[in-house]
Amino acid sequence: MMALDKVRQRAESDAKTYGYYLNPDADFLKDLLEGLQKNEERYGYPSCPCRVASGKLELDRDIICPCDYRDPDVAEFGTCYCALYIRKDMYEGKTPITPIPERRPQEKQTRAYAVAAEARAEKPPETAKVISPEPSQVKKKLWYCRQCGYVVYREDPPYVCPICKAKREMFAEIAVSTSLSG
Amino acid sequence: MNKTKVPGKNNKHKVLIYAISTCAWCKMTKKFLSDNSVEYEYIDVDLTSDEDHEKIRQDIESKGAPPSYPTIIVDGKTAITGFRKDLIKEALEI
Repeated sequence: MMALDKVRQRAESDAKTYGYYLNPDADFLKDLLEGLQKNEERYGYPSCPCRVASGKLELDRDIICPCDYRDPDVAEFGTCYCALYIRKDMYEGKTPITPIPERRPQEKQTRAYAVAAEARAEKPPETAKVISPEPSQVKKKLWYCRQCGYVVYREDPPYVCPICKAKREMFAEIAVSTSLSG
Repeated sequence: MNKTKVPGKNNKHKVLIYAISTCAWCKMTKKFLSDNSVEYEYIDVDLTSDEDHEKIRQDIESKGAPPSYPTIIVDGKTAITGFRKDLIKEALEI
């Protein structure tokens, strides 16, 4: 198991890089770090301690800490969904830390259930409910930041470019075509 | 589905918490109720089977709330999303 100190160091270093702070409540912070440690142990990656993971990397990629929603959540509400990463004014106690709404799209959650349901029902009984009409596969694409050129191979572009902080709208898909000749 | 019961003097309302075992907000919610001597039951959703998880999600959604945790179900009717102390106090009259 990854030592708790390592989990803490990783979070501290990430907070520093992005200009965030970690939750000042020592007990609350310890609970979250232990949650990350537990998830890394049971899933193989540190998925968000405050969300239910499917255990399938492709479906959980957006909730691996730091999750896709952290940057827009800290910008809008001052904390991430878990309140692990927080803004300076909250760290200093000028603004109270309160729960924030879930930004993760519901279809991403239901997709994980759909996969589980498909796996269970080889022959779906008549009463089986179609949970999601969406295909359960994740289609990844290449995206590039039109501002700095950062390239990422994922289902969706990031909310914020990790390199130059450009917004999601600044990302464009890279069309890939291969041709065989000769 | 295994519910864990936490006894308390105040059992005026039937309280069920859908929680996640690793979630700090969920832990805070449980502690808040215990500190106020409220009797409650809880289920750690991440430790249940996929089937139970799906049932829980449907139960939460049937009460008009989004499937996020903690969700506090009061008297099988009202769903409170997140550790909203003010709403919990109001619903439980504490």
